[in-house]
Amino acid sequence: MKFFARVPKINFMAQRKVGLVVSSILTVAAILLVVFRGLNFGIDFTGGVLVEVSYPKSVELDKVRHDLAEAGYERAIVQYFGASSAVLIRLPPASSENSSQVSTHVLEALHAKDNDITLRRIEFVGPQIGEELFSAGGLALLFAFMGIAAYIMFRFEWKFSVGAIAALVHDAVMVLGFLSIFQVEFDITTLAAILALIGYSNNETIVIFDRIRENLISERRSGILDVVNLSVNQTILRSVITHLTTLLVLTALLVLGGSTVHSFSVALIVGVIVATYSSIYVSTNLAVALGVSREDLLPPKDKEVDEMP
Amino acid sequence: MKPYSTWKYVLLIAALLFGLIYAAPNFYGDDPSVQISLESGDALPADFGDRVAAALQDAGLAPSASGVENGQWVVRFDAADRQLKAADLLKEKLGRDYVVALNLASKTPAWLRAIGARPMNLGLDLRGGVHFLLEVDIDEVRKKAVERIVTEVPALLRKEDIRYTGRRQTDSAAVLEFADSERLEAARRAIAKNFAEYQLTTAPDAPLALQISLSDKEAKRIVDFAVQQNLTTLRNRVNQLGVAEPLVQRQGTNRIVVQLPGVQDTTRVKDLLGATATLEYRAVADQDAATAAATGAIPAGTELFYTRGDHRPYLLKREVIAGGDNLVDAASTVDENGGPAVSVTLDATGAKNMFSFTEKNVGKPMAVLFKEREVITNYNAKGEPIREHREVEEIISVASIRGVFGKRFQTTGLSSKEAHNLALLLKAGALAAPVDIVEERTVGPSLGADNIRKGFTAAALGLTLVAIFMVLYYRVFGLFAVGALLLNLVLLVAVLSLLQATLTMPGIAGVVLHMGIAVDANVLIYERIREELRNGAKPHHAIEAGYERAFLTIADANVTVLIGTVVLFALGAGPVKGFAITLAIGILTSQFTAIVGSRALAQLCFAKRPLRDVPIW
Repeated sequence: MKFFARVPKINFMAQRKVGLVVSSILTVAAILLVVFRGLNFGIDFTGGVLVEVSYPKSVELDKVRHDLAEAGYERAIVQYFGASSAVLIRLPPASSENSSQVSTHVLEALHAKDNDITLRRIEFVGPQIGEELFSAGGLALLFAFMGIAAYIMFRFEWKFSVGAIAALVHDAVMVLGFLSIFQVEFDITTLAAILALIGYSNNETIVIFDRIRENLISERRSGILDVVNLSVNQTILRSVITHLTTLLVLTALLVLGGSTVHSFSVALIVGVIVATYSSIYVSTNLAVALGVSREDLLPPKDKEVDEMP
Repeated sequence: MKPYSTWKYVLLIAALLFGLIYAAPNFYGDDPSVQISLESGDALPADFGDRVAAALQDAGLAPSASGVENGQWVVRFDAADRQLKAADLLKEKLGRDYVVALNLASKTPAWLRAIGARPMNLGLDLRGGVHFLLEVDIDEVRKKAVERIVTEVPALLRKEDIRYTGRRQTDSAAVLEFADSERLEAARRAIAKNFAEYQLTTAPDAPLALQISLSDKEAKRIVDFAVQQNLTTLRNRVNQLGVAEPLVQRQGTNRIVVQLPGVQDTTRVKDLLGATATLEYRAVADQDAATAAATGAIPAGTELFYTRGDHRPYLLKREVIAGGDNLVDAASTVDENGGPAVSVTLDATGAKNMFSFTEKNVGKPMAVLFKEREVITNYNAKGEPIREHREVEEIISVASIRGVFGKRFQTTGLSSKEAHNLALLLKAGALAAPVDIVEERTVGPSLGADNIRKGFTAAALGLTLVAIFMVLYYRVFGLFAVGALLLNLVLLVAVLSLLQATLTMPGIAGVVLHMGIAVDANVLIYERIREELRNGAKPHHAIEAGYERAFLTIADANVTVLIGTVVLFALGAGPVKGFAITLAIGILTSQFTAIVGSRALAQLCFAKRPLRDVPIW
């Protein structure tokens, strides 16, 4: 297929100021959303009890609620899960001493009324475990940022490093903002998706940076903006294709993968789309704004030849 | 086009063979089987196979295979109902020393197993089972230790005739008050001499109050010991559940993970994990135990018990010399002759009883009786739980009294392993610090099976979509990329199987995501080739330049994804770890297959042919 006979010649950098402003506004908006609307944290983070059961045939939620209320669980949140015979029950973190028994009691409350219930899943997470995951998750994000920043400093230069990290923060924040708007459940798998996204999004940035470095050296007479434009144009097709294949598999996962990977796929799909934009208008843009010059990148000598496949 | 080195083709073929061989065990399926091992972890007796065969023969349950696999005796069956019957039968015939568990044994042929090829482990979210995270109550352990100071030290001071005027207990220390500083100093010396593990301080504002607390080292040792004891106790109890491949593992300072694949009944597991155990020191009665055991006539004032392991009968006197609640500490050590021994410390009451008993009974045997109370939950026809209590009472050691002793003494005449186990058991029985369940995850078998099915259909659809797209877009080169991707998947499965990594649902998601990312390397290369062609390069030159120029970019990009996965792995909750592992291994294998693999295919097809254009669009 030959969509483009020639390398496109779009002047991406013409809108660079607009890009920077728009990105900043969106980032701030997303942060405000996360702060004020909050994320719909799953029990991995909040602690609590979750029980998934399936009945032999459709069941009225009111009946389930009634059964639970009789056993003393008035605060239970009951909802259908995929089918009208599958029910998901959530209980807030119990303040009572013996919270580990809650899952057993819930099951007994339901069992007493109907023997054909099959237990699909019980999760009980103590509040302290949730708190620990919170800080561990935050630390993980921080370490990932630092590791990537260090690697880019080592391979490129600090201005690129700043640009790349800005893009990663931007992407992560945008995804969190999206999850906040639609109140998609945020559990540990979602956190994993965000960490994976950070790697993926950075991939995009690196491809462009690599090309900028190559062009800065080969196109000695062009100005920095021209070189950046050329580089983005040269890599944009590849970006589109890669995003397309990634989106294809993620859509397959979203549609067929079931509930456990639902928020995982949503977070990544949003992230992949955002990453396309941010690799051009956040990371590259910022590196240019910080004044990347040819001298910054002059030869990490031509040792490449030896390392070829 | 430059010729492509032969060794690269050889490497590719080797990688393909390696991948196919080590991925193969995942496709053989399983036999329902019964898996037997000795609870003590020792090697099975030599005639074990005959005993199993005879027992099964009598009941008419012919196994399809029976023999040692990975250090355990595995009996395979054709049908699941035979497996269940055989497990019940073997449990009854072999007795409590053996752990009999149901399992699914892989049908992987012996020659594959011999070279270490095994199927991947499935995580609990895929095979069903329970996961518990237990937390040992450290505060309780410390509190007990301080209580011990409060009883022990005053007893010592009374013996040494040093008077104190008052005693108190704070959260972390015992405080003794003295009338003058001479007495305080005398007490300080006496305590330091007898209890090196205590830390003695006086506050400046209260110079006559001696604070006795645990040294940091000692506090840490006590907590460590308590957790280790609980671990041993839990392991023993879990073994009795008859679960194949249970996991009982320490996590951090004071947590214990228990994972039981295939178990659904969490109530029963919770009861079992929470069971309590004690032990008692008792005198062995003079009467003949063998006769009593044979006739059933138990002499007055005695009780009949059996030893653990070899089931020898003993008659023990009813009086308890010292019980589990008197036991303060136990550790394996060496005696004066250098032989293995267990050193035991009793509290003041226990020590007093022990002293007066041993004073009168030197040379006579004394027994250690282990008592465990288990709660077993069964369900009646209506599905209501019925809890039964079961008492396990066994003698774990009988030894002669060699001298008069009180607070601290040694039990000798054991092998070093026995000494170690006895020390653990003594502590386990007496001091099992309270545990709280802080996390529980149970996945029913139907959800596990659902997850596998969903994961695989999603992966298959993802692969198909990517393959169709690549072939439509890049023509023949798309085929090369798909070939490389397939090789990559085979290698990924092979490496995961070889490492015995655990496949979880997020792990499958990682594989699916990976398929999307892995072709990126090829996209980079192909777009580069197209670009070279647009710039007027000759076909062969364009192909070469495309591969060569894209190499470093791909490596750079992969390294940053790897950084993310390493961090994820370090963050470490089970299922997410599975995701990190699959993604990391996938990136490493794809760096090889996407570049070397797809290039070799391109070389094979085009190197020898004159080309007017490259069939890449």
